[in-house]
Amino acid sequence: MTTRRFLLAGLLVALLLAGFGSYYASSHPDGLEYVAGETGFGDTAKDPVDTGSPFADYGTSGVDDERLSGGIAGVAGVGLTLLIGGGLFWTLRRRETRA
Amino acid sequence: MHVPDGFLDAPTSVATGVVAAAGVGIALRKARAELDDRTAPMAGLVAAFVFAGQMINFPVGAGTSGHLLGGALAAVLVGPWTGALCISVVLLVQALFMADGGLTALGTNITLMGLVGVFVGYAVFRLTLAVLPRKVGSVPAAAGLGALVSVPAAAGVFTLLFAVGGTADVAVDRVLAAMLGWHTVIGIGEAVVTGLVVSAVVASRPDLVHGARGLARPTSLRTEPVGEVAA
Repeated sequence: MTTRRFLLAGLLVALLLAGFGSYYASSHPDGLEYVAGETGFGDTAKDPVDTGSPFADYGTSGVDDERLSGGIAGVAGVGLTLLIGGGLFWTLRRRETRA
Repeated sequence: MHVPDGFLDAPTSVATGVVAAAGVGIALRKARAELDDRTAPMAGLVAAFVFAGQMINFPVGAGTSGHLLGGALAAVLVGPWTGALCISVVLLVQALFMADGGLTALGTNITLMGLVGVFVGYAVFRLTLAVLPRKVGSVPAAAGLGALVSVPAAAGVFTLLFAVGGTADVAVDRVLAAMLGWHTVIGIGEAVVTGLVVSAVVASRPDLVHGARGLARPTSLRTEPVGEVAA
């Protein structure tokens, strides 16, 4: 498998997971949230600061369809992570010296 | 395991912010040695994949769920320093754009998942690999064990922070027992996902797996067309 094909296949899996699979994820509280509620410090959590992002809570503001709203947010998150992470790593990499 | 704003007091959040900044600062210098033209795009993909994986909550019983943290996975695939940066980028995107994990808790979350999760996972991976047969086939199992331990390790450090700077007056031993118990179960999910993903990458492109470097590959005779070098 060429590197390009491998990377594209990996990206496709990530996009499918975030854009489509996430709809089927468990909506129960995660381990920390559950323990916080059970042991009695759950209500010390403050509402998250509004950063003005349209994707708060993995939904897309203005999109009513739940599946579409979550899917767009997931794809946007994967894209943003790839852009920021990829940009950072490409900048940090050791340049191959060419004659 | 994303800590929201409010669980920990300001001094503790500032302290974890300093730890996170120092850790990321060191990682930015050390990651250079792990990144080249071939591995840099791979590292970007790993960050994107961990973001996606963290969206997939799996049920672990009694109305609780867990999801991939990805620290051990990233460390094995692209190296621990780059792995720490991968998780930090994911946490930054989640805090800034998804309202997941508090902004004042970003340092705490980077410390727990980006540093503790990554380096405990990687240390257990390396120790396990040292006692397993020196071949590429050992890498997924060692990665899975690293992943298994990394989750309760991060949960334990959270409890330590809670003991120091928790804003609620709650018995720490109860928090510790519940955190370790649930996160050991979640760690099993982390181990399964990490083992499967690492084994898929090892099967298709073992040369792209940082943790598989220097290990014997299954020998096979390959013929290549003359004049074309396999990438």
